[in-house]
Amino acid sequence: MLSIKNLQVSIEEKAILKGLNLEIGAGEVHAIMGPNGSGKSTLSQVLAGREGYRVTGGEVRYEGQDLLSMETEVRAHAGIFLGMQYPVELPGVNNLTFMRESLNAVRRARGESELDAPSFLRRVREQAKRVDLDQALLKRSVNQGFSGGEKKRNEILQMAMLEPKLAILDETDSGLDIDALRIVAGGVNELRSPDRSIIVITHYQRLLDYIEPDRVHVLVGGRIVRSGDKQLALELEQRGYGWIEEVAA
Amino acid sequence: MSATENTVTKLVQKEYEHGFVTELETDTLPPGLSEETVRQISARKNEPEWLLEARLKAYRHWLKMTDPEWAHVKHPKIDYQAISYYSAPKKRGDGPKSLDEVDPELIAAYNKLGIPLEEQKALAGVAVDAVFDSVSIATTFREPLAKAGVIFCSFSEAVQEYPELVRQHLGSVVPYTDNYFACLNAAVFSDGTFVYIPKGVRCPMELSTYFRINEANTGQFERTLIVAEEGSHVSYLEGCTAPKRDENQLHAAVVELVAMTDAKIKYSTVQNWYPGDAEGRGGIYNFVTKRGDCRGQRSHISWTQVETGSAITWKYPSCILRGDDSVGEFYSVAVTRGSQQADTGTKMIHMGRNTKSTIVAKGISAGLGENTYRGLVRMTPKAENARNHTQCDSLLIGDRCAAHTFPYIEVKNPSAKVEHEATTSKIGDDQLFYCRQRGLSEESAVSLIVNGFCKEVFKELPLEFAMEAQKLLDLTLEGAVG
Repeated sequence: MLSIKNLQVSIEEKAILKGLNLEIGAGEVHAIMGPNGSGKSTLSQVLAGREGYRVTGGEVRYEGQDLLSMETEVRAHAGIFLGMQYPVELPGVNNLTFMRESLNAVRRARGESELDAPSFLRRVREQAKRVDLDQALLKRSVNQGFSGGEKKRNEILQMAMLEPKLAILDETDSGLDIDALRIVAGGVNELRSPDRSIIVITHYQRLLDYIEPDRVHVLVGGRIVRSGDKQLALELEQRGYGWIEEVAA
Repeated sequence: MSATENTVTKLVQKEYEHGFVTELETDTLPPGLSEETVRQISARKNEPEWLLEARLKAYRHWLKMTDPEWAHVKHPKIDYQAISYYSAPKKRGDGPKSLDEVDPELIAAYNKLGIPLEEQKALAGVAVDAVFDSVSIATTFREPLAKAGVIFCSFSEAVQEYPELVRQHLGSVVPYTDNYFACLNAAVFSDGTFVYIPKGVRCPMELSTYFRINEANTGQFERTLIVAEEGSHVSYLEGCTAPKRDENQLHAAVVELVAMTDAKIKYSTVQNWYPGDAEGRGGIYNFVTKRGDCRGQRSHISWTQVETGSAITWKYPSCILRGDDSVGEFYSVAVTRGSQQADTGTKMIHMGRNTKSTIVAKGISAGLGENTYRGLVRMTPKAENARNHTQCDSLLIGDRCAAHTFPYIEVKNPSAKVEHEATTSKIGDDQLFYCRQRGLSEESAVSLIVNGFCKEVFKELPLEFAMEAQKLLDLTLEGAVG
C-alpha cells in the first residue's frame, strides 16, 4: 500500500526527516509514536501534500505510484485521508454542503456517479450517530464554534464518509477526554478492513488501548529508531522516550 | 509560490467577459461641459421648459461645488471638459419606438450580453429597459405591465408622457444640492428608467434595467425614479457592463425611490462595469447616489447590491425612514481585485417611531484591492424605539489587499437601539489545504468559502439573479486552480 524509502524533508533549510523508512501493507494499522519535534506531523503533512515542505531525498510509493508528484486533491481522490491535529474552521461554509461537495469531488474523480441528496443525507446521519456527533453540528459552518472533541469527531465522520484506502490520523487523541477517545477509537475500528490501511500518530499509549496496532514505530530525530508490536508501546509508556533516545544516540 | 499567492495571481489575471465594443453610427456631443451642453441635451430630448430650468439651476450650483475628497479612494483629478455628455446610437426613422426599429447591431450586442430583447426569448417574468450610452433603446413587456396599471418606460419617455408625475417626484429624494456627482447628474442626465406602481398594485413581473456604456470618452449619467403608491409592491434589478478601454470613464447615476404607506420596493443591483486591468489602467468610475424615501407608515425599502466591477465604486444606497414603523434594508457584497477600489455602504436615517433597519455588508478583497465599508446610522430625536442592526464582514484573499470599516453612529433618542458587529477574516493556506485534502480543487475551495461568506446577501436577490450573481462571482474566481 505505502512504501517510504529514505525520505528526507526540510523546512526552510532545517532538516526534519532524515532518512525515514516505512512499509505499510494493505489492512494494517501502524502506530507512530515519538517525542515532540521528532517529525511525526511533518511526515503526515508531506504524505497529504501540504506545501511548504522540501523533499530533499528519498521516495514515497502509494499503490505503486509516485505519491510525491501528485497534487494534494489528487491524493485525496486516490484514497488518502489525513485526520488533522488542528482541523481548520471554514466560516460560512455549511458542514453538510462541504461534506457533500467533498464526497462528490472524490466520487467524480473516481468515475463514480454523484450521490443524490437523500442517499447522502441518510448516510451522513447514520455515520454521525456512530461517532456521536450532534446532528445540529451538521448544519453549522465547518468546525466553527466546535469544541476540540467535536472537531475530532467531525474528522472521523468525514473519514467514514470518504472511505479512504489510507487514513492518517495525526494526534487525533490530543485534547480528548476518555469518553471522546473511546468514541473516536470506535469510529476508527469500524473502518478497519483488509483493504484499508491506517497510520495512527500519537504521543501517548492510551489511544492504543482502544485501537490495537499491528506495528508500532518510534520516531526520534527524523528517523524510525525502533519498530515492534504493541508491546513496544507499553514499554515506552513505562520507560519514556529517554530510554529510546539513549539507545538511538 | 504558495497556494494563496497562486490563487491571487489567477484572480488578478482573469479576463473581463463583456469587454467588446459595438460599432455603430452615433449622435455624440463633442467633449466639454457648459450651459450650452446642458441646453443641447435638453433640446435633443425635446424637454419642457421647467426641466431645462432645473438642469441649468443644478449646473450653476455645481460650478460652485468642489470634488469630494473624503472617500478612501485614489484617482487622478477628473477633467470634466474631456468627457462627452451625450452619445446615442442614430435612430432609424422617427415615430414610436418598437423593437423593429432598433438597430440589429444593438439587439445583437444585448444578445451577446445574455439579455435578449425579443420578448419571446426573454427570461419569463422579467421586463427589461435597455439603456445604451445615453439613451434607452428598448423596453420590453410594456403591454402586460400597462394592463396592471404599471408604468415602466425610459426616463425620456416619462418626461413626455407623464410630465406631472416626473415633475412631482424628480429630485424630491435626492435634491440637486445633495452632493457633487448628484448635482452634475441633475444637470446633464440623459436617460434612465421610470417606474410607477399605482395604489394597491403588486407588480406582476420583475422589472430590470440593463445599462451598457459603449462609446469611448463619454460619461453615462442616468436617472432612475421609482414611485410605489400606497400598498403597492415592486422588485427591480439593474445590471451594468462596459467595454475594455485604457481610459477611465465616468458613470454618475442618481436613483430615487419613493415608497408610500405600506408600499414595498426591493431594488437589486448586479454591477459588473469594466474594472480596469491588473495595473489599474482604465475602468469605470462608478460614482452613484441612491436613496429611498419611506414616506408612509410601514413603508419598506430594501437595497441589495453585488458589486464586482468598476475601477472605483463610490456609492451609498440609503433609506430615509420617515414614516412610523417603516423598514430599511441594505445587503451588499463588494469585490475588489486587481487594483480596484470600493468605498461603499449605506445611510439609514431613522425619523419615524419604531423604524427598523438592517445592514449586512460583505467586502471581499484580493490582489491589490481596497475595500471600504462606510455607513451612517442616524437616530433622530423623534425616532422612538428605532432599531438598527449592522453586520459588516471583510474577507481577504492574499496579503497585499486591504479592508477598512468606517461606521458612523449618531443617536439622539435614548430609546433607540443600535447594534454593530464586524469581522475580518482571510482565506488562509491552511483552509485551502484542508479543502484540497478532502478532494476539492483549489478553485472549488475558494468558491465554496466565498459563496459561504456571501450567502446572507445572495438570498436577498430575486431567484434568477441569485444564480446569476453566484455565477458572476464564480467567473471572477475562475482560473483559481493552481
